[in-house]
Amino acid sequence: MTTTTADKITPIIGMEIHVELDTATKMFCRCRNRFGDPPNTNVCPVCLGLPGALPVMNRQAVEFSMKAGLALGCTVSAFSKWDRKSYYYPDLPKNYQISQYDLPLNVGGAIEVPLADGQVKRVGIIRAHLEEDAGKNLHDDPTSTKVDLNRAGTPLLEIVSQPDMHSAEEAGAYGRAMQRLVRWLSVSQANMQMGHMRFEPNINLHIEREGALYKTPIVEVKNLNSFRSLERCVEFEIQRQYAQWRQDPNYTLEKLGKENRGFDDVTGKTVFQREKEEAHDYRYFPDPDLMPVVVDEAWSGRIAAQIGELPLPRRARYMQQYALSFKEADALTQDAPSGNLLDEAVAAGATAKRVTNLLLGRIAATANERGCCLAEVGITAGQLAELAKMMDAGTVSASAADRVLVEMIEKGGEPLTTAKALNLLAVTDTAQLEAWVDQAITANPEIVAQIRAGDKKADKARGFLMGQIMKLSAGKAPPAQAKAMLERKLIG
Amino acid sequence: MTAPREMSALALRDAIAAGQVSAAEATRAYLDAIERQDGAIRAYTQVFADRAMERAAQIDAARAAGKPLGPLGGVPVSIKDNMCTAWGKTTCASKILENFHAPYTATAVQKLEAAGAVILGKTNMDEFAMGSSTENSALQKTANPWDLARVPGGSSGGAAAGVSARLCAAALGSDTGGSIRQPAALCGCVGLKPTYGRVSRYGLVAFASSLDQIGPLARNVPDAALMLSAIAGHDGHDSTSADTPVADYAATVERPVEGLRVGLVKEFISDQLNGEIRAAVEKAAKCLTDAGATLVEISLPHSRIDVGADGTLSSYAVACYYIVATAEASSNLARYDGAHYGHRTPKTVGDIIELYSQSRAEGFGDEVKRRIMLGTYALSSGYYDAHYLKALKVRRLIAEDFRAAFGQVDVLLGPTSPEVAFRAGAKTADPLTMYLSDIYTISVNLAGIPAISLPVGLNSTGLPLAVQLLAGIFEEEKLLRAARMVERGLGSQELVPPAGREEK
Repeated sequence: MTTTTADKITPIIGMEIHVELDTATKMFCRCRNRFGDPPNTNVCPVCLGLPGALPVMNRQAVEFSMKAGLALGCTVSAFSKWDRKSYYYPDLPKNYQISQYDLPLNVGGAIEVPLADGQVKRVGIIRAHLEEDAGKNLHDDPTSTKVDLNRAGTPLLEIVSQPDMHSAEEAGAYGRAMQRLVRWLSVSQANMQMGHMRFEPNINLHIEREGALYKTPIVEVKNLNSFRSLERCVEFEIQRQYAQWRQDPNYTLEKLGKENRGFDDVTGKTVFQREKEEAHDYRYFPDPDLMPVVVDEAWSGRIAAQIGELPLPRRARYMQQYALSFKEADALTQDAPSGNLLDEAVAAGATAKRVTNLLLGRIAATANERGCCLAEVGITAGQLAELAKMMDAGTVSASAADRVLVEMIEKGGEPLTTAKALNLLAVTDTAQLEAWVDQAITANPEIVAQIRAGDKKADKARGFLMGQIMKLSAGKAPPAQAKAMLERKLIG
Repeated sequence: MTAPREMSALALRDAIAAGQVSAAEATRAYLDAIERQDGAIRAYTQVFADRAMERAAQIDAARAAGKPLGPLGGVPVSIKDNMCTAWGKTTCASKILENFHAPYTATAVQKLEAAGAVILGKTNMDEFAMGSSTENSALQKTANPWDLARVPGGSSGGAAAGVSARLCAAALGSDTGGSIRQPAALCGCVGLKPTYGRVSRYGLVAFASSLDQIGPLARNVPDAALMLSAIAGHDGHDSTSADTPVADYAATVERPVEGLRVGLVKEFISDQLNGEIRAAVEKAAKCLTDAGATLVEISLPHSRIDVGADGTLSSYAVACYYIVATAEASSNLARYDGAHYGHRTPKTVGDIIELYSQSRAEGFGDEVKRRIMLGTYALSSGYYDAHYLKALKVRRLIAEDFRAAFGQVDVLLGPTSPEVAFRAGAKTADPLTMYLSDIYTISVNLAGIPAISLPVGLNSTGLPLAVQLLAGIFEEEKLLRAARMVERGLGSQELVPPAGREEK
């Protein structure tokens, strides 16, 4: 066996991502664009491909695509057009797909991809064009295939990257960055389970050996619908291609060109797929049923104005302006509305740190349980600001604030009225406070002794006593006042 | 008083509105005539007798209630069998759609009914509108009412035969390369192809999407104007339908165009042109000059017709058309695969590909298959540039010629068809000869302009002769007024074939 230590291997990875756009209606008809309805209920003559039916372009889909394109730094074409891509398949009612071939809506661009080590990688975008999705073949019965055309005609944005990625990690990070971006822009729900995003990586290796450069064939893997599949698939291909090249010196791009492989999620392996020869000729030609898409500067300007701050610049701002950690800032920039809560609460006078703790504590836990984003938990920026200010003022303690929040999440209501109703407002009556402090001191003589002795456990002991006071007061003791009183008594 | 079938659509509408005849009586008269005479002509693929009588009763009830009846109130008409209707079948005269029931109605048909028309039935055609004699119908052969041994032209042969034999007051056809005008010429009625985009194509089963256009066939020019007003206009379901205002064509059609400039297309009036047809063009030209028009010779270089050493004709337009139209058709007809609707092979098949190919092999006729193959070839990788792209460039040059011509003249005048109605079977063996039937009509579709064919009398053997007038984009109003000037010059004698005369 050849020694391999001298080989320098560079994986070259490009990717096509299909993103289903979250428009109200389908790409070329007025049927509802919705996942999960009973089969063949959101259909009409147009998306069924009936004789005589004609497509009419959905302007919202074009605007969503422009928005994504502009956020990716693409140039929105002043003139783009619709083409028919011909192939026969039962889930494609017209036996052609309306797509954009040589004049796509968006061209050029790049996306900043955050990597696990905190570095940011830039991946170039070749184009992002709009097309219609096909329906779904259901193979739940071994003797027949059923076709559900609810998805047929769903607007699909196909984003084609430059081959700028060099590892499975980068491919996965690119996919996640794209998911974050389209969600950020509210152009797609980008829910992997619902098939809103599908990946098609192109992978090959550049191998340097003894001064010569060898390239393996470019392998395209279709329809990966999870980040895990994507990363496993790319990793597998890198290993497989290298192993195959070592075995077979003819396994090169020059000799074999491109090949298609399918990824098996169960085995974690890719398998060679022979494509029928005629499948390669899609016979693209301009769709005579549709007018070209003409975008003037006023139109693209209006869309550009809707974009606002993008996730990575916002994350950097949070770290700088609010002194949040990378982790906190990253968690608050997964989608735009959640970050907006922080910005608006701060604008309403709350401190960023306090609001961040509320958002990433109870609210994040609830969002996680519900599988939604922070903003969808239902607490408004105004409520957040009020609660944070109540905490700052000592009107509620941290533990009381948490109980208030739980109540508000479950039943609604404003922070102050909720705290009152739950009898959680801090007690300002000094006599009552003194009684709790005294009770804590009397009940814990050893702890008090530790503090008075000034040994190294003193800090921990102080915390314990404070905890006891909060417990006795059911969270209603104002922490700052209680602490001051405790200190006075301990010294005295 | 005049029998309903003797009246023009306009006269019948007025008679119904005035209560001189009921919509039910008119409809019954047509249904009876169809019953008596259509066995020989076979213009209709389907007759909706009950539905038509119900519609007529509604019109009569509306009149009794003092409600307006619409511009076509109670007028019995036919529609070509490639327009979808939520009732009956929509067959395109093809085996593949022989039992297809559309769940929706074409916009033009909806508009026609909204204008008060009573739809008698659907008319025969060449399969998927591919042909010039209606002999490509998979359902039946239609005879020319002037001579039952001859073809009615095509593809709207049933519509033309029906109008000519007075089996309807007027009809809707569709024109992709001459399919309204050529049968109108061969059957002796008026046929109008509107500007591309003037009439919605929604619900018209597509043959070649960039060329197809619905239009009227009628007994005279005012009736054609009336029909066009009813069906024209923008439709939110058709992106290629124009948002250009629709004139009341029927209201202006009787007004001659002052100082009309008429172009005689040099390339169309050559020595090769049949003498009788040439004489017909000259006769029409004289009607126009008598009415004050001036004649100018106009050249359309890219519409020229070449004569080979062996006498065969060829033209850029025909060549260009048979690439563009077949390319679009190959894609438009891909959906008929036996998997979703339409004919599915009864044979046991091994896989989905076999299901597709077997169903299509059984469902499509020879001419349709031929055009699907031609179009598939024209779009195939390696041939696209040399065929399809080249054809698009030629198309542009042809359109450019017309644009330049209409800078100089208001309308162009020439023949509609190179010959009168030919005998059934005369051209079925040679598709290329059949394709040449559209040699004067095809460039109009490529350019997207409106054109009208109108009868100018009979030839020595008693068959209808016709001429064609062409106008610029959305100049239907001027086109119809000019056509009416010819019609009036001829003395408005209506041509009624033996098959259409009321037995006394």
